[in-house]
Amino acid sequence: MLGFLIRRIIQSIFVMLTVALIAFMMFRFMGDPVNSLVAENATTEERDAVRERLGLDQPIWVQYGRFVARASTGDFGLSWRNARPVSTLLSERFPATAELVLVAAGLSLLIGIPLGILTALRPSSLSAQSLQLLSLIGISLPTFVTGILLILIFSVWLGWLPSFGRGTVIDIGWWSTGFLTVSGLKALILPSFMLCLFQLTLIMRLVRAEMMEVLRTDYIKFAKARGLTNRSINFRHALKNTLIPVITIFGLQLGGLIAFAIVTETVFQWPGMGALFIQAVSFGDVPVMAAYLVLVSLIFVIINTTVDLLYAVLDPRLRVDGTKSAH
Amino acid sequence: MTTSTLSRLYDSDIAWNFRHSWMARISTVTLLLLFAAALFAPLLATQNPYDISQLFLLDSELPPSWVEGGDPRYLLGTDQQARDLYSSILYGLRLSLIVGFASVVLAAGLGISLGLIGGFVGGMVDGAIMRVADILLSFPAILVALLVNGVARGILPPDQHADAAIWVMILAIGLTNWVQYARTVRGSTMVERRKEYVQAARINGVSGMGIMMHHILPNVLGPVLVIATINLGMAVLTEATLSFLGVGMPATQPSLGTLIRIGNEYLFSGVWWVVIFPSVVLVILVLAVNLLGDWLRDALNPKLR
Repeated sequence: MLGFLIRRIIQSIFVMLTVALIAFMMFRFMGDPVNSLVAENATTEERDAVRERLGLDQPIWVQYGRFVARASTGDFGLSWRNARPVSTLLSERFPATAELVLVAAGLSLLIGIPLGILTALRPSSLSAQSLQLLSLIGISLPTFVTGILLILIFSVWLGWLPSFGRGTVIDIGWWSTGFLTVSGLKALILPSFMLCLFQLTLIMRLVRAEMMEVLRTDYIKFAKARGLTNRSINFRHALKNTLIPVITIFGLQLGGLIAFAIVTETVFQWPGMGALFIQAVSFGDVPVMAAYLVLVSLIFVIINTTVDLLYAVLDPRLRVDGTKSAH
Repeated sequence: MTTSTLSRLYDSDIAWNFRHSWMARISTVTLLLLFAAALFAPLLATQNPYDISQLFLLDSELPPSWVEGGDPRYLLGTDQQARDLYSSILYGLRLSLIVGFASVVLAAGLGISLGLIGGFVGGMVDGAIMRVADILLSFPAILVALLVNGVARGILPPDQHADAAIWVMILAIGLTNWVQYARTVRGSTMVERRKEYVQAARINGVSGMGIMMHHILPNVLGPVLVIATINLGMAVLTEATLSFLGVGMPATQPSLGTLIRIGNEYLFSGVWWVVIFPSVVLVILVLAVNLLGDWLRDALNPKLR
């Protein structure tokens, strides 16, 4: 277990260093930072002075080392577009994205798992069949088309829910939350539903497939022979083993949710990190792009490592394999 | 030659499978119609949406012809700049498909080459290629494509963004999607390279390059077709998403995604047709490609039968 843990952490550090290298290269090769700092008619000496002051005359690996050291304290310099510290920009935007992604992830589990169980227990019923068909459409619809349809129906035609922004938010320290006001909660409904739809269909199909698989195994037959109630067999015995793969896929897809929040935030003008990133991409604002890349990669790496460890804790068979292969 | 080849093809497994799957036939016919529409767009369109002299501003925001206030000249209505939506969709479909196919060719070319080299050479080279693939795969495709796009925009001067957009898109999507090809081809190459015909070629003095290109390559291409089909759907979708986000094809050269973005800006003025029709075409296109890809995967995989 310990060997497995150490291997996973070394691997994560390697991934983060690679991502930092990409971010560093973006800084190094996209535009000369000296040009933006000196006057148009600066002499070569003045330019060299600035270059020296910024440490740009040093070997490239020294510069990379310093970049990593600064990045690990959250310092990515100023945004090229509005000259504010990138770390401030991101931390202002972080709560909006975090709340959106958390609600979407929660919804996908809360709706996806029961629907998956339902379709697995009664595969030939009309509701199960229509759910399967709906999920096929859910997977094929581009997310932004879903979002536009939701706005068209619930905001434009019915006028029930807001189509943009977060509603009224309340500041708690540096965190701004939309959970505490009615308008904040109403504003969350459409974006989080749009974001979770793909994930929801995925979880539903996965739970269905796993559950049907598990229900065919010997220990379930044995439980039936023991005369246990259907309820106890389905929920106490079968469900537990169904959920293990669900956790992995869910963890891996959480990264996808953060990435697709970019699309959701654009459709609903949600003031999160994804919308900031899109602006940075269209203006070629390297510091913001680099910082977003590093931050999102860090979140991915943490999620993936946690999922792997959780998996080892939940499934004893893997624990044995993990220690074996570590030797 | 033709009759015997044709009849052999007709009797083959996959053709039998095709004749007995209504899903495969419907999606193939749909795709062929869409490809034909894209190919002959200049002939089918009633106006050239890029030519400003053909647009009449008085005709802007007309609803589809069957709705009250519609004009029979504009079947699906017009947008804010009085562009005929039917013609815009034909040209947009054309652009979406060009970017889709070109990026699939780029991704397949890159992935097959890297997979062949990795699987054939092995060792450090293989390790390096596969580590890069692993890292790339741990990020969602849309994020990688956005990043390549952003870097390209940073390097190019702003006045060239619109002209270079199509190349940037092909590059961004192609560079994102090569990993699957590389992994598959690498796997089959590692199996093939130990086989006797490869050893025979080696003894005959064929160079490593020659063995890879003439002996191994033809034998590892089977699964690539399935990946390419599924990949085409993903590429079209990624292109549409990037264009929708405003960092893909510009408004002067609208793809389906750009049309949806333009329509989305006017959603609240009740002009629903500008956003709905391009979306419907996009969904049909992606759905047809995905269904065909699913069928192809099942038909070519004997394990599933």
